[in-house]
Amino acid sequence: MKAHLSRRYHFSASHRLHTEAYDPARNVAVFGKCNNPHGHGHNYTVQVTLSGQVDPATGMVCNLAELDAFARTNLLDRFDHANLNTLDCFANKVSTTENLSIEIYRIFQNFPAAHLERVHVEETSNNSFDYAGETTTAPGLI
Amino acid sequence: MIFLTRKAEFSSAHYYWNDSWSPEENLRVFGRCANRNGHGHNYSLEVTVSGNVDPTSGFVVDLKELKDILEREVVSVYDHRHLNLEVPEFKATVPTTENIAIAIWQRLDNKIPHAKLHRVRVYEMPDLFADYYGER
Repeated sequence: MKAHLSRRYHFSASHRLHTEAYDPARNVAVFGKCNNPHGHGHNYTVQVTLSGQVDPATGMVCNLAELDAFARTNLLDRFDHANLNTLDCFANKVSTTENLSIEIYRIFQNFPAAHLERVHVEETSNNSFDYAGETTTAPGLI
Repeated sequence: MIFLTRKAEFSSAHYYWNDSWSPEENLRVFGRCANRNGHGHNYSLEVTVSGNVDPTSGFVVDLKELKDILEREVVSVYDHRHLNLEVPEFKATVPTTENIAIAIWQRLDNKIPHAKLHRVRVYEMPDLFADYYGER
């Protein structure tokens, strides 16, 4: 039987919303306090949803220890206590949580043991973002 | 159509073990969860049903009735029990979060009047949960 498994991970990172495509005045106008040249930070929460047939031998969609090890190497070791703007993936992209969600989706697409359904990223308790590829449906309507 | 979700909680013990494997293989795959003395969680259950709003009552489903069904079918069977030893569906099935969600779906399917079961979500802890939508 097919089930969905969701796991939440937490990391803390700094960033600055800024693009060279705009002049300084426009950066301030568009990004407001997020354009502060010194940066600011968030405690991010990432919720990854995977699906697959439940293995009759293990009762699992995928082995949680393998998923956690993958997340440690590919998500937390890269993003936790980092400045997002210094990472290769944001060299030419604004480090908004929209772009972060897409990057994290790409990362977990490479997890081999289950199908990635969706990533949900909470930047603060008031702001969250969902990405499930180009055909993203509304949250909760898988 | 409206989706309505009711929560319930239960606290249970379990362990992960596959009898057809050696003890070493169980430890390798399941790690600390294979401790045969068991361990436990505060589970949180979210049951989502869908249906049309009754024009007279304004309800999709009577919440008191849904609460009583969850209590009778799930909480009274699982709460303060050892899932492997005391709940029949886990005699030969590993009580993972995925399998608990599937088992609760099977306990509730066709038991909720006037509404369709949409999703069973089981939190083993706040950072880990499984969803089952009745898919084969």
